[in-house]
Amino acid sequence: MPNRSNLIYRYDGSFEGLLCCVFESYDQHEIPLDIFSPASLQTTLLPEKDIRTETAKANRVLASIPQKISPAALDFIKRAFLTCHAQKELYILLFLRMGYRYGASVMNMLTDDVVNTLFTAVKHLDKESHLFKGFIRFSVFNNALVAEIEPKNVVLPFLVRHFRERYPEERFLIYDKTHRMGLIYQPYQATIIPIEELDLPETDENERSFRELWQLFYDTIEIKERHNPKCRMSLMPKRYWKNMTEFGSAEEKPSVSRHGNDAVKSLNFKIAAEEKLLD
Amino acid sequence: MKLDVFDKLKILTDAAKYDVACTSSGVNKRASAGGIGSAASCGICHSFSADGRCISLLKVLMTNVCAYDCQYCVNRRSNDTPRTSFTPRELAELTINFYRRNYIEGLFLSSGVLKDPDYTTERMLEALRILREEYRFSGYIHAKAIPGTNSALIARLGMLADRMSVNIELPSQNSLRLLAPDKSKHSILAPMGYIQNRIQENSKELVQYRSAPKFAPAGQSTQMIIGATPDTDFQILNLTESLYKKYKLKRVFFSAYMPVADNAMLPALNTKPPLLREHRLYQADWLLRYYGFAANELLDQQHQSFNPYIDPKCNWALNHMEFFPVDVNRASYNSLLRVPGIGVLSAKRIITARRTTTLHFAGLKKLGVVLKRAQYFISCGGRQAEGLKFAPKTMLQSLLSDKTLTLYRQNFPEAPAEQMSLFDPPSMVQAQSMQEELRKCLTAPI
Repeated sequence: MPNRSNLIYRYDGSFEGLLCCVFESYDQHEIPLDIFSPASLQTTLLPEKDIRTETAKANRVLASIPQKISPAALDFIKRAFLTCHAQKELYILLFLRMGYRYGASVMNMLTDDVVNTLFTAVKHLDKESHLFKGFIRFSVFNNALVAEIEPKNVVLPFLVRHFRERYPEERFLIYDKTHRMGLIYQPYQATIIPIEELDLPETDENERSFRELWQLFYDTIEIKERHNPKCRMSLMPKRYWKNMTEFGSAEEKPSVSRHGNDAVKSLNFKIAAEEKLLD
Repeated sequence: MKLDVFDKLKILTDAAKYDVACTSSGVNKRASAGGIGSAASCGICHSFSADGRCISLLKVLMTNVCAYDCQYCVNRRSNDTPRTSFTPRELAELTINFYRRNYIEGLFLSSGVLKDPDYTTERMLEALRILREEYRFSGYIHAKAIPGTNSALIARLGMLADRMSVNIELPSQNSLRLLAPDKSKHSILAPMGYIQNRIQENSKELVQYRSAPKFAPAGQSTQMIIGATPDTDFQILNLTESLYKKYKLKRVFFSAYMPVADNAMLPALNTKPPLLREHRLYQADWLLRYYGFAANELLDQQHQSFNPYIDPKCNWALNHMEFFPVDVNRASYNSLLRVPGIGVLSAKRIITARRTTTLHFAGLKKLGVVLKRAQYFISCGGRQAEGLKFAPKTMLQSLLSDKTLTLYRQNFPEAPAEQMSLFDPPSMVQAQSMQEELRKCLTAPI
C-alpha cells in the first residue's frame, strides 16, 4: 500500500480527467493529498502535478470498475462526481482504491469514513434533485416553459426523465444558474448544454394572472391557527424560495433584457460551445 | 370573468383547507402519447404552506353549497358564509394551467353536497372527464366519495381517480349521531367497502388483462377529526388498525379539531387545536404501518391516552425493558426497529454495514442512529455505551424532545432533582432500578 504523498494533482475537471488521476495514482504508487480542478481557486505551496487527460487511460479505468468492483459502484461514483462536496475527487479516488482492494463489498462499508463521506454527499444530491421535482416553477413564454434554479449539486441530469415523462408534448428549458447550464427539451429529445446567461422577456397578462391565482391559493390554503414557520423552513429551506412563484419572486425577475424576446421565442440560447458536459 | 375565478378559488380553497390528505403517492405513471402528466409512487411535494403542511395537489371543493348540517364543519348548511361553485370546465382549465407550471402534482377534489350526493358526484365526474379525456391528463387525482352516492357513480369516479377517500369524520357512531345527523356509520362504511371490493376485483382483472382499466390504482384513504368528541386515543388507534386490516386503506389521516362553530356539544371556540395529540397519533400510525407494532401494544384499557412527554415507541420500550438491550451486531431487522432512535432507514443500513464489519458506537452515528436515545437500549459486542449514565436527569434529557422537556419541567418542577437524591451516584448495578424509576415517573397516568 503506497503512502500518502504530499502531492497535489491538478486535472481538467472532466470525469475522464479524474479517471486519469486514478490511473496515475496506481501507476506511480502514490496517493495525492488532494485533487484540484480548474474550478478550485485554492493555491498551495505543496508540489503540484498536472494530470493529462488521455482517453485510453480513462477507458481502462472505466472498464475496470464494473468488472473489479461492481456496476453499482460505477453508478455511485458517477453520482458522487456531480455532488458539491469540496473534495469529491479525492474521496472518489480513495473509494476506488478501497474498491479494487475489497471488491463489491465496498458498497456495504457504510461506517468507513471514505465511504460514508461519499454516501452522505450522494444522499444530499439525491435529496436535492428530488426536491426540485416539486420546487421548480415554470413560466410560460410564447408557449414554451422556462424555469430557473440555483441548486448546490448538479441536479439537471436527474431531472431529465421526470420532466420528459411529465410534459412529453411541451418545449421547456430548466436553467441552472449555479453551474450555468440548461436542460432543453423539445418533443421528443432532451439535451443539457452550457448556457452563459439567460435573460427572459416580459411576462404576458395571462401568465401574470396564473401567478396571482397560485399566490392566492398558496396564502389561502394555510390554516392560520396552525401557523408554523419553523416547520415550513425545515421542509422547504429558504434558499429555494427565491425562484418560487408563491413568494412573489416572479415579479422581481428580470423584465427587460439585452438578448431579448427572440432568443426565448425560438428556444435558442447563448451557448458557450467549447465546453462538453456529462449526460 | 377572470375576477370571478379569483373569488371562487379563494372561497373554495378556504372551504377545502381542513381536509388533511394532500399526498400524491402510491402510483407510477407517465403521460400517454399526446397527453400531459405523470405520477411518482413516492409522491412529490410542490410547496409547503406557512403552517408547514405539504402542498402537492390543488385542493379545492367543487362547491361549498351543502345540504347537510354537520356541526363540526365550516360548510354546514346553517353557517352564514359566501357560497359558490366551480363549473367543471373552469376547474379543469385551472388544474391544467397550474400543472403546466409545475405548481402542483394534480387535483384533490372534494365537494359540499349540492342538491343530493348523486348530483354532486356527477359534477365532479364531469370535471375529471374533461381532464382525463379532453386534456389527456395523467397527473394525480384524488377524489372524495360523498357518503350516500349511488355505487354506479362511485365506480365511474374510481375509473377516473388515482386515489379515493371517504371521510370517517368522527371516531365513533355515537359522535356521528350527535354531530353529523345526515351521515351514519353505514353511509360511510358502505362506499368504503364498495371501493375496496372494486380495487380487489380490479387487481384480478389486471392479472388477466394487463391493459384492463385501473380502478383507483393508488388505493383509498380516510380521515377523522381528533378532539371534537370524547373518544380516546385507544379507541381511535384501534379503529385505525381495523381500517387498515379490514378495508386495506393506504392511509388514515387525523386532523386536530379547529373550533368553527359555537355549539354546546363541541369544544368552546377558544379551544386550541390538540396538535400534540394529533402528532402522537401520527407517530403511532407510523408504528402500525412500518414498524410491526399492534395497536394493543401501544395502548390498552388501562392506558387509553398517549403519554404527552415521550413518543409511543419510547414509551413502549420503557415498559418492556426485558426486551433490551438489543445487540446491533446480531439482532433481527424487526427487533432493531423496536429500538428508540433507530428508524426504518438506519435499521436497513445496520443490516448492510454489519455484513463487512463489527459495528461500534462511533459507526452507528454514521448510519443515522440517534445515539442519544438509542444508547439506553442497545449493545455492541455485548457491551453498552461507555460512561452511560442511568440518572433520571440525563435520561429525561435524552429521551424527551426539547419541547416536551420544557413542558415536563413546567408540570413537575421538582421531579428530576428529587429523584436524584433517592439514589447514590449511579452505577451500572443500579441501572435497572434507575430505569424502573424513570419508567414509573414517565409512564404514570397523567
